[in-house]
Amino acid sequence: MTGTLFAVVDAQTLADAVGLGAVYALMAVGIGLVFGVLRLVNFAYGQLVMAGAYTLAFTAHWRVVWSIVACFLVVVALSLVMDRVVFRPLRGASPAVMLVATFAIAFMLQAIALLVDIRDNTIGEIATSIAPLNQPTTIHGVDVRKVTIVAVVVAAAALGLLALLLMRTTIGLHMRAAATDFGTARLLGVRANRVIGFAVLLSGILAAIVAVILTVQFPFVGPDFALRDTIVVLVGVVVGGIDRLWTATLGGFAIGFTTGVIYGALPTEQTVFLPSVVFALVILVLLIRPAGLFAWGRGPVERV
Amino acid sequence: MRRLDLQQVIAPAILVVAVGIGSTYVSSSNEIYFLNALVSVAIVVAIYVFIGNSGVLSFGQMSFVAVGAFLAGIMTIPLESKTGVLPELFPILRDHTVGNLASLLLAAAAGGLFALVVGLPLMRLSGLAAGIATFAVLEVTHNILREWTKIGPGATTLSLVPETTDAVQATVGALVVVAAAFVYQRSRLGRRLRASREDPAAARGVGVNVHRERLWAFVVSGALAGLAGAMLVHLLGSITTEQVYLELTFLTLAMLVIGGLTSLWGAVVGALVVSALDSFLIEAEQGVDVGISLDLPQGTRLIILGAIMALMLIFRPSGLTGGREFRLVR
Repeated sequence: MTGTLFAVVDAQTLADAVGLGAVYALMAVGIGLVFGVLRLVNFAYGQLVMAGAYTLAFTAHWRVVWSIVACFLVVVALSLVMDRVVFRPLRGASPAVMLVATFAIAFMLQAIALLVDIRDNTIGEIATSIAPLNQPTTIHGVDVRKVTIVAVVVAAAALGLLALLLMRTTIGLHMRAAATDFGTARLLGVRANRVIGFAVLLSGILAAIVAVILTVQFPFVGPDFALRDTIVVLVGVVVGGIDRLWTATLGGFAIGFTTGVIYGALPTEQTVFLPSVVFALVILVLLIRPAGLFAWGRGPVERV
Repeated sequence: MRRLDLQQVIAPAILVVAVGIGSTYVSSSNEIYFLNALVSVAIVVAIYVFIGNSGVLSFGQMSFVAVGAFLAGIMTIPLESKTGVLPELFPILRDHTVGNLASLLLAAAAGGLFALVVGLPLMRLSGLAAGIATFAVLEVTHNILREWTKIGPGATTLSLVPETTDAVQATVGALVVVAAAFVYQRSRLGRRLRASREDPAAARGVGVNVHRERLWAFVVSGALAGLAGAMLVHLLGSITTEQVYLELTFLTLAMLVIGGLTSLWGAVVGALVVSALDSFLIEAEQGVDVGISLDLPQGTRLIILGAIMALMLIFRPSGLTGGREFRLVR
């Protein structure tokens, strides 16, 4: 099987896989940022993306720019509300409790989306206005969809800016300090609400970017939009190593790139059991390296 | 066993029996809600046996419910129709049919065995890694059940299963699961595991093999979940892989959290309270008259359940029962 796999991986597939990896990397950063300061795995992150996609679909008759602006406003607002209403009261709860809580929020938001969506008696809306970005352009004989280029460029730019922000500004320093040891950081004068609010804001902006890119690729928006992607990214983040932002990002990119290559290379009838293979690999990685595939120098068991 | 201890199992049992008796007094259209509540008790208590006693989060217990449901369903479809509707099955599944009780036991055995195979490597994990890994188990199980037509109906509905879960069977089944959970948690095994939940390091220090204790709980939980799955398929008469996947995982976790994660009493109360609420909301989505006429739009059910679950986690993380066992005298 591996022989045929490598034979059919062409530049086309690779380009698409890099695009998917880039989007997943952005989502991974969004999840990782919040985890860093709150120790909270946000299962409801995909519903932020879904809300953005619905905004794009409902404002499809607007000018594209305003439509995208509306998407950003809605997603960031929802992200901040989620922090204020759910995350803040849960601060200090055990990771499992917080994960289950965001699980509940995810289901709730999905049900709300269904409720809003079903008013016209059909499930799903089509975001028509930004779909033209999905058309291919030819580079050296390889058809690359414009949105793939946009995805890669935007992801690289966003990650670069984020790295600058984290390494070169005071708030970035505070965030890194908070991610390392929140208690000590607060003792040294880092303001908890400001740092957490900023992380949530950034993760909201990233969700909005992802919403735009994904909606261009898949203009049909339903209540379970981005649900699958979130699950895959969450898995990628944990497999990569959620404790550090760069390992989480790398995990997100790796799982996006890998699934992209395999789905692109194999015919449909051979990919029906692929989720099993991917998730079995995930279990394997977790067993061998519980702290994360890319996380070095930390043992899985905390000594007391 | 002291009297005070016994009331911890008698109180949930009385609740279960009351619901069972109640189901015979209502119209046949409402009976399904009562029986469904009893099956929910079985599933939630099965999940509780692992999560509640070990303190390790698992999204994967629904896999065992699914395996139990599909195995019990397939093995009880009458022979004459089975070869027609499911021709691709392995001969051993296709050419044999067992009775009702045998199918329940078979489902429990399959659930336990599957849990043993999965748990053997997985129980080394804890925290987030355990959550994600068990979720991966659910994904793999769902994917295989959905695509492999040699072991099941694939993406189509499994139907023609005899509907044998009546008031008696549902009550007895739920009682068996509650009793098994009680016996387990009072046993040496259960106590050692609960010690490791409170403080893993200290438990290791006094010689508890955390990996082995968790594996025991996982297997007991898997067997009970398999049994609950068999009860479910015999209640519904037909089932798809989507019915034992994310939404039911969410619903049963909500029941456990709302009732109280760390006690048997909490699991039973949570299952019954949320079932009652859920049944009411299903009716309300179709229009119901309670003093005022109430007609909620489709999907309100999950919004309300999600909101209650989130509120519970925020304001009373130990659940309705405070995570304590039932005691008449405090």
